[in-house]
Amino acid sequence: MLTIKNLHAEVEGKQILKGINLEIGKGETHAIMGPNGSGKSSLASVLAGRENYTVTEGEVWFNGKNLLDLSPEDRAREGVFLAFQYPVEIPGVSNLNFLKTALNEIRTYKGLPAIEGRDFLKLTKEKQQLVDFNANLMNRSLNEGFSGGEKKRNEIFQLAMLDPQLAILDETDSGLDIDALRIVSNGVNKLRDAEKSFVVITHYQRLLEYIVPDFVHVLYNGRIIKTGTKELALELEERGYDWLKEELHLKESV
Amino acid sequence: MTSDITLPFYQALTTDVNALSTCQAQDDLQGIRREALERFSVLGLPTLKTEAWRYSNIQRYLKEFPYELLYATTTVPASVVAQAAIPELDCYRIVLVNGQLQADHSELPTGKGITIGALSAHTQAPGFTKWFNKQHHLAQESLATLNTALFADGLFIELATNTVIDKPVHIVHVYTAAQHAFIQPRHLWVLNRNAAATIIESSVHPDANVVTFANSVLETVVEDNAELWHYNIQQGDQHFREVHTTAAQQQANSRYHHFNFTLPGTPFTRNNLSVALNGSYTETNLNGLYIANGSQHVDNHTFMDHIMPNCNSNELYKGVLLDSADGVFTGRILVHQEAQKTNAFQQNNNLLLGAKADINSQPQLEIYADDVKCSHGFTAGQFSEESMFYLRSRGIGEDAAKALMVNAFSHDITDEVKVPALQHYLQEQIAAIMNN
Repeated sequence: MLTIKNLHAEVEGKQILKGINLEIGKGETHAIMGPNGSGKSSLASVLAGRENYTVTEGEVWFNGKNLLDLSPEDRAREGVFLAFQYPVEIPGVSNLNFLKTALNEIRTYKGLPAIEGRDFLKLTKEKQQLVDFNANLMNRSLNEGFSGGEKKRNEIFQLAMLDPQLAILDETDSGLDIDALRIVSNGVNKLRDAEKSFVVITHYQRLLEYIVPDFVHVLYNGRIIKTGTKELALELEERGYDWLKEELHLKESV
Repeated sequence: MTSDITLPFYQALTTDVNALSTCQAQDDLQGIRREALERFSVLGLPTLKTEAWRYSNIQRYLKEFPYELLYATTTVPASVVAQAAIPELDCYRIVLVNGQLQADHSELPTGKGITIGALSAHTQAPGFTKWFNKQHHLAQESLATLNTALFADGLFIELATNTVIDKPVHIVHVYTAAQHAFIQPRHLWVLNRNAAATIIESSVHPDANVVTFANSVLETVVEDNAELWHYNIQQGDQHFREVHTTAAQQQANSRYHHFNFTLPGTPFTRNNLSVALNGSYTETNLNGLYIANGSQHVDNHTFMDHIMPNCNSNELYKGVLLDSADGVFTGRILVHQEAQKTNAFQQNNNLLLGAKADINSQPQLEIYADDVKCSHGFTAGQFSEESMFYLRSRGIGEDAAKALMVNAFSHDITDEVKVPALQHYLQEQIAAIMNN
């Protein structure tokens, strides 16, 4: 579904991604871990099309399409979704109106008619329940005055509504207490199926106890330096990242 | 006046002043008119050297055509009036053609204590005698003095003590003429003690080939404990130019809520808005939203005159400037020495979305009292990139995202509109502008 080949990217002239290779298949869940500043969030940004990043080398293919050629909105319409680490507050744009606009823009792109008001409300209700999102927040301005947990839950609710093929969760667990983490993870788990793939970016192994990944990758200094299964996450939790860095330096000095 | 003598407009003025005074021979305002004309001859027409008009070149529009000052009064078909309809709005309707009341198209509120009619027919009314041309800021604005000298007619409203109009009143201004015309409507609305009303103004421009220039003056008086909600919607067309002067006076404990919406259409709009607080414990809300495109020019010149202590005023003007539109905002706040415990707040925020769009914003605070809270602020910017990216990352295209953001930006103002049908109408208009 997603193929990343030798991806290099820079921001403000600074090289952040230095040759990422990653293959994500349909229905798989990949975790990307790594110390601060390793490039985890940058990878998410580049995939979603954030404009201050410049791709200097490499390719990204999504369902046979060159993702890097597409505008951020077209990437979303093709089925890529980024759950933001810091969701933006937009006063004056109601959550409901925002979602309806987004849904209809995606439908138009796919050649489908706009969703009927009644169907939209039904869908909203169903997904709210699925991811346990407070209905009172629906008519409020987008993320305005939401708590950290509410913002993250709104990301997952949007994910449920827009039903992408690939969801990238950028440190969705950061700033969440254990209850909020459980709710958010339960929401994600309910959305997992054979068609949908997830990239879970996290700093902590804790999240991976709830969202169990098929693969774990360690990103360091703009590259994936180790790939394993969920056991790798546990090892990282116990031993930290230093042993991996040492391994890497040993390899490089040889 | 000497420097402007070459303007065709002036030539028309000099020719027509005599004719006008002849046709208004029955008018019992000759003294007031003469005095205003003298005042006008001292002030002259504003030029770019006139401090309050530095950024608004009105001469350019006065020079454009030989305007008729005398034009035949006319009527319009119902279809023209219907263009101004606000869907779902349950209201009374007053239709004015070039300032002349059209009773057959109007549905006036009736009831005890309500006096509504042509200004010319009410020069003996108590509200008129007491308040007409009394707002002292008018004498400072040359075009207002010109209006006082030469106005033909307008709308008079007086609500007696304790009179409340149960539904909003929608005033539809139709501007139409056979030849390019300089039209000067004059209105006076007086809300006596404890009276309350909601008034909505908008305009219709049926002629595609004739230029109309409206120089209108409205005086409003909000007496003790009275409350006026006043919405002015400016949506003209390419053939319209407008100088709109609103001079309000508030007595003790009164509330005045003024909303001004300037939407695309008219190339030149200048709004003079001044509020004189003659009593204490008043509340004043001045809300403005201007969305301009093409090479449109919108100038809002506001003046909060805090004469008495313990008054609150809150002013928020927001602008969206597209293409090469330019905006001007002046916010003068004068707090007299006696006006202790004044709260006066002012804010002007702008979105500059056109490559050549620009805004000149000027707060003017003069504070002579020492126990006051006053503030002002100004911003000009583009959309936050992060917000745009957030919307786009959800599949919302750039144009739709901009429309959402402009709606959001306008929300501080539209949210305060207390008439749901009007609020909805304005939101739709804003969305339509942005989707265009």
